Amino acid sequence: MAGVTMVQALNQAMREEMARDETVLLLGEDVGVDGGIFRVSDGLLDEFGEKRVVDTPLSEVAIVGSAIGLALYGFRPIAELQFSGFSYQAFHQVEGHVSRYRKRSQGRYTVPLVIRMPYGAGVRALEHHSESREAYYAHTPGLKVVIPRSPRKAWELLKASIRDPDPVVFMEPKGLYRRGREELPKDRRKVPALDGAEIVQEGEDITVVAYGAMLYRAMEAVKTLEREDVVNAEIIDLQMIAPLDSDTVNASVQKTGRAVVIHEAPRTLGVGAEIAARITEESFLSLEAPVKRITGYDVQVPMFAREQLYLPSEERILQGMRDTLAF
Amino acid sequence: MPIKTVDLDSEITHLSILDEKGRVDEELEPDIPEEDLLDLFKTMLLVREFDERKEKLQRQGRIGTFAPVRGQEAAQLGSIYALRKTDWFVPSFRETAATIWRGMRLEDDLVYTAGYEEGIRFTKESRDLPIAVPVASQIPHGVGIAWGIQLKGADDVVLTFFGDGATSEGDFHEALNFAQVFRLPVVFLCQNNRWAISVPLHKQTHSKTLAQKGIAYGMRSLQVDGNDILAVYVATREAIERARKGKGPTFIEALTYRLSFHTTADDPTKYRPADEVKEWEKRDPLPRFQEYLIKRGHLDRDMVKNWTTAAVIEVDHAVERFERRLDGMGRDPDAIFEHAYAKNPPYVERQRREVEDWVRARREEGGGE
Ligand SMILES: Cc1ncc(C[n+]2csc(CCOP(=O)(O)OP(=O)(O)O)c2C)c(N)n1
Ligand SMILES: [Mg+2]
Repeated sequence: MAGVTMVQALNQAMREEMARDETVLLLGEDVGVDGGIFRVSDGLLDEFGEKRVVDTPLSEVAIVGSAIGLALYGFRPIAELQFSGFSYQAFHQVEGHVSRYRKRSQGRYTVPLVIRMPYGAGVRALEHHSESREAYYAHTPGLKVVIPRSPRKAWELLKASIRDPDPVVFMEPKGLYRRGREELPKDRRKVPALDGAEIVQEGEDITVVAYGAMLYRAMEAVKTLEREDVVNAEIIDLQMIAPLDSDTVNASVQKTGRAVVIHEAPRTLGVGAEIAARITEESFLSLEAPVKRITGYDVQVPMFAREQLYLPSEERILQGMRDTLAF
Repeated sequence: MPIKTVDLDSEITHLSILDEKGRVDEELEPDIPEEDLLDLFKTMLLVREFDERKEKLQRQGRIGTFAPVRGQEAAQLGSIYALRKTDWFVPSFRETAATIWRGMRLEDDLVYTAGYEEGIRFTKESRDLPIAVPVASQIPHGVGIAWGIQLKGADDVVLTFFGDGATSEGDFHEALNFAQVFRLPVVFLCQNNRWAISVPLHKQTHSKTLAQKGIAYGMRSLQVDGNDILAVYVATREAIERARKGKGPTFIEALTYRLSFHTTADDPTKYRPADEVKEWEKRDPLPRFQEYLIKRGHLDRDMVKNWTTAAVIEVDHAVERFERRLDGMGRDPDAIFEHAYAKNPPYVERQRREVEDWVRARREEGGGE
């Protein structure tokens, strides 16, 4: 099959960035000899050696904390946390320091590191391996939060994140790790800087906002909707949860008058809530219907036998769009 | 003002009672009733069989990923046997042998591993915590329970399990410090199985022993041969007795080995030399215990054969019950919304109804999953 998976795309992005810039290095649990438990760093140890691809002892706080120090000293570390569910062990370093060294030193110091972590449901995993808690990070000013939707996007956004002057929490939808393949661009050097949302499909009747794994479900649901209901949806991939690009969303809503937001994270105080608030603030007079959130529920992610009941399904998304169109 | 050596007032002992051939040090040999010895042995056989079956079930997609016990049965059973039913058991995620000893039904473990909350069953009297997946996170909980015991003046004890990798986490260090500062009735049982997924012990720490990490906190700390069920039992029993008498915590480093993969998602051939595994196969805790029991005259080869068959049958039955239960369980959404709060807020109840409506609508359409 042609093209690469998201795992391979991420691997390729790191490989290229490490070859381009010798200050880039990767540290984390099992990232070296094992190549990462999802094989995202496969082969990197052989290529760059154990000074730049580092199997650390089992401590998230020291991984992130020392990545801060490396960044302060001039390196561009990529800190891999094995699952987002174990990123909280390092949370105080992220909230207390990663997000504010620039501020605390009045611009003298910055920490341009990338914290990578697989997140989200859909791989029949154990407890603590399926959550979608991007809002924790997005709620912290000073951080960028990036979520790719596809192999090509993963490649592009990871490279842009590594080059970005600010710290980036890079959340990888692990349900998409091996789902689908895409070709990477021919010219590997050109990488657009991190820059907000992307309109994936243009349309006039309804704005559909999503990111990560839910974007695929949204696209499938839109296909059915367009086939059966003769409407056109505009689909927006947020790509970045922070800073949140609501201008793209508002411009779209001012055209369509209707919006749904889809994410697998819990509904309350999630990304959808912020999107809905910003639409209300800036596009109120264009609205023909309330902004609809189709999301995970406000309870703990269930164990995997029921995770599909928890996640927004295509049916739920379709119904949500229909309700919004019929309002 | 010369340079002087600081007396740390502590040393680390290493305890071993049963060697690799099943020969016993009679001076150190504990007096365990025959019936209990045989029970422990049967449980070892059962756990082995159960591990193997789970691997098969996982490969067939009937259950999800899990962490096998193989090689660590003595470390778990020797220690848990020293605990009273009314004491507290605080596991990490690999303590299936200890959990079975505490009374967990195999079928429940399978239901849980198949991704269903219905596999989690605690009685009101239970003093066992659920498995803790975030490494080392359970250790402070054990400390807090011990603190409660002390405050209440009860004579219970807490036994907390974790691995070598866990000793790199802050939770471990901070918990040990608390435990010693408050002299709490807790025993820390570290199963040093030499690997944390792909990271070998020598990359995890440059400490000569893990036990000395306890010494850093002023804690009584020792090493035992973790594949020697008698040594593990003796060390844990003593630690528990001390804790019960108010003499404070103990850190036990049980030297053992993970003979199998980390979890079913893992491929150890990528990072672990086969020779090393072979070396440790020779120190397998099961044949060693078996030889001891035979030499003691408690056991003969026929019994081993019969009990091995019995273990297979017991697991067969558990699998049958598990599959029957899965059939009946369906995928109704209640388990998603139950136990989220003492009482769900109204909007969560509305979400519950939303899911129920979806499921009902689907059923009425005759749609499957
Ligand atoms: C805080 C945290 N980080 C990472 C993981 C992923 N993980 C699961 S088990 C494990 C290794 C644990 O090693 P050890 O403590 O030696 O226990 P063992 O698996 O050998 O029983 C890792 C890194 C986790 N579960 N929790
Ligand atoms: Mg270990």
